[in-house]
Amino acid sequence: MNSKEAILAKIQAAQVPHFRANRPQRKELPASLDAFCERVADYRAKLHSVTEDQLLPTIQSLVNGRRCLVPLGLGFTIQGAQEDKPFSHRELAEFDVTVTLCAVGIEETGTIILDGSEGQGRRALSLIPDHHICIVRESQVVASIEEAIQRITPTRPLTFISGPSATSDIELVRVEGVHGPRRLDVLLVSHT
Amino acid sequence: MKVHLFITCLNDALFPKTGIATTQILERLGHTVEFDPRQTCCGQMHLNSGYRKEAAVLAKQFIEVFKDAECIVSPSGSCVANVREMFINLGKWTEDEALVSDAEQLRERVFELSEFLLTVEKIEDVGAYFPHRVTYHPTCHATRGLGLSDSPLKLLKAVKGIDYVELPDSSQCCGFGGTFSVKNADTSSAMLADKCDAVNALDVEYCVALDNSCLMHIGGGLKKSSKEPKVIHLAEVLASREER
Amino acid sequence: MSGGGIRPATTFTKAARLALQNSTLRQNLGFATRTICAKRESAVAEIPNWQELRTLGAGIKDEALSNLNELLVQLEQKITEAGGTVHWARTAEEAVEIVASIAKRHEVQEVIKVKSITSDEIELNQGLTHDNIIAIETDLAELICQLADDSPSHILVPAIHKNRDEIRELFERKLGSTFDSSEPKLLAEAARIYLREKFLTSKMAVSGANYAVAETGTVCIVESEGNGRMCLTLPEVLVSIMGIEKVLPLWEDVSAFLRLLPRSSTAERMNPYTSMWTGVTPGDGPQEFHLILLDNGRSDILADATGRQTLRCIRCSACLNVCPVYQRVGGHAYGSVYPGPIGAILTPQLLQMADVNANTLPFASTLCGACYEACPVKINIPEILIYLREKTEKSTAESFGFQTVYRVMSNPRLFGLVLKNTRLGASVASTFGLLKPWTNSRELPDIPKESFREWWRNREQ
Repeated sequence: MNSKEAILAKIQAAQVPHFRANRPQRKELPASLDAFCERVADYRAKLHSVTEDQLLPTIQSLVNGRRCLVPLGLGFTIQGAQEDKPFSHRELAEFDVTVTLCAVGIEETGTIILDGSEGQGRRALSLIPDHHICIVRESQVVASIEEAIQRITPTRPLTFISGPSATSDIELVRVEGVHGPRRLDVLLVSHT
Repeated sequence: MKVHLFITCLNDALFPKTGIATTQILERLGHTVEFDPRQTCCGQMHLNSGYRKEAAVLAKQFIEVFKDAECIVSPSGSCVANVREMFINLGKWTEDEALVSDAEQLRERVFELSEFLLTVEKIEDVGAYFPHRVTYHPTCHATRGLGLSDSPLKLLKAVKGIDYVELPDSSQCCGFGGTFSVKNADTSSAMLADKCDAVNALDVEYCVALDNSCLMHIGGGLKKSSKEPKVIHLAEVLASREER
Repeated sequence: MSGGGIRPATTFTKAARLALQNSTLRQNLGFATRTICAKRESAVAEIPNWQELRTLGAGIKDEALSNLNELLVQLEQKITEAGGTVHWARTAEEAVEIVASIAKRHEVQEVIKVKSITSDEIELNQGLTHDNIIAIETDLAELICQLADDSPSHILVPAIHKNRDEIRELFERKLGSTFDSSEPKLLAEAARIYLREKFLTSKMAVSGANYAVAETGTVCIVESEGNGRMCLTLPEVLVSIMGIEKVLPLWEDVSAFLRLLPRSSTAERMNPYTSMWTGVTPGDGPQEFHLILLDNGRSDILADATGRQTLRCIRCSACLNVCPVYQRVGGHAYGSVYPGPIGAILTPQLLQMADVNANTLPFASTLCGACYEACPVKINIPEILIYLREKTEKSTAESFGFQTVYRVMSNPRLFGLVLKNTRLGASVASTFGLLKPWTNSRELPDIPKESFREWWRNREQ
């Protein structure tokens, strides 16, 4: 009997009586953008509410002439930015800032989710450079974790980001930025 | 109503005053109080120390004594929690279906004293008079085990003349825990020291609680530090009258 | 200090006594646990239906445990379809061997690790050294423990027992860093610089897993620092080790645990980073993924109808922080990588209730119930503690004492007789724990002149 068979046999022998969880009905709620903004800011990420017209100038001023990395399919051009070729990890480490889109924003927790589709790039892009600028469209913000989970495709590589990386490992003092980007700017773009 | 006392072995042996006070409170409310001397121990001590078979025998003995009692009242949150919550488990763990069903029947009829006053009698002011500065320690099995939360405080606050002061970090366990107090005496003492410090800092005359097991522990610690506060069971406060 | 594992080197009583003598430890612990507890309460208060959510969390776990065979097979199938490989390990040794063989196949001498208690349970780091493979911890606290040759003392904050000055001294000595002060920000920066190079060059990473979804084959890791993302994204090969009880039936079940876990654990609405992946994604992240499903005693716990709920545990550590015993003695006293109330029931059960030292753990509790109240998946820890106490060996002296009391209590007439005699009454009282361990720190209560039943009888006459 191999290990798999042995484990399965032991589980079988445990004879756990059948049980079914009582999962509640899903409720769709309208998302509050104000609450989303507040909660993003709570994590000490910087939130900018911008119109479509203000988007590019805001990004340009945040990038401020530094070495900027963008994924394929961002949908617009940032002056001086380089698209992922793809670069090696070493090369990625040479960039100061990455600009990406996202898949979903969650009001309940102030979380943004990246799923690696168009304009978001592979996971290393939003990880290695020290500054991440993430663009969220108003229509992407949902009220709850349930709605977000329902909206995203589980089989894509998923990253949930709630503020910049942080640790409280030393005397529970919160320190922002250990290994991930130490600076996170979220740009919430209104529909008008 | 005919009320049957479940006095608990510890109160019977070491804290008769609490039992007497309980009797007085219930009689003043017009109840006929019964005490069946066949009662001994509910088996909590054995169950919690790992002597399940012995505990099951004592549980069955308890059920036999109280089988016809419509209403059972006890001045101990801990022992009531054992009867109400653990007898069923004891039945399951010893595969004794009769014990499970008897325990299920029994659990509806057993009340901790403050719970009886607040939920059955629906009374907060029992006409007590206790002109002293006191604090209150919510014992774990009453607060969490029976889910009484801080409701017993309603009774205490309604007492005439009382000067009640809130105990900081009150929901922290005092460190008694039955055999824990002996088996892990060092840890138990460390917890006790913090509880005693909290009580001592308040400049009170009494620390009140509704379990004499915990009070025996806290009282023993306070006495050792030879400080002012004494311990007293809630029933004794509620039974105090103006003439005293 | 033990390097991990679940076998306590001594009894809880002895280890606790030692820990209580360390006043720095007690101060650090007291401060840390009080801070997290207060934060947790406000994080939980934000969720109006928290109690229903706990019931849902418990229910999903119970459903998974009742259907574990099918779910594990389904998980394996989904991960395999997505280009990953699933391994099954009966024991710690088998799991370590699988990790070692993957490393050897890739000729890797150094692996980077995401904090994983499961890997500490199987003593992976130590096991890998037999094959000359070094495992480097990348979580800040785990790194601190590894550099100090110390074992973690808390599930969530493994270096909770060390203060900033101790850590500064350690980094100066081991990493060659220099500091202007012991500011945590500077200490974290030193770790960032040291580990950045490791992340960029390591070929293989090892992680645990918070859960895996059978329906989709998706594996999840929640973390804060970004070391997890680094390990899960940059190396070519990723090996994740997961206890068989961590499987969830449905993709939608993820949401309940993403709400329960961060609030119970770090007391946040959401932890900074959560990563989820399914097998291998071409062009993104490791191109070789292995999931090791570990039994190591879990199926034995599953077979016990009462002990089974232990397997609901999501390792949030809420029960540690609220526990008055843990708050004073800290994690090392439990002698296992699983400390606190959950450790007191999990460790001895993983060892089939056959380890003498581990069997003292169920007694490391006053049964105050704070753990049960805090548990996000409603594990009735006090009930299981009581249940497990019966399965431990008792000393002859103790057993004799309890049998004597039992004989008295099971005979109402004898009990009455004992109560009549004050001296004998006092000897009954002694069974409540008088003697020396009691009187060392507590006075005895006054022995009353008459028992309650004597008062009652006199009054009736």
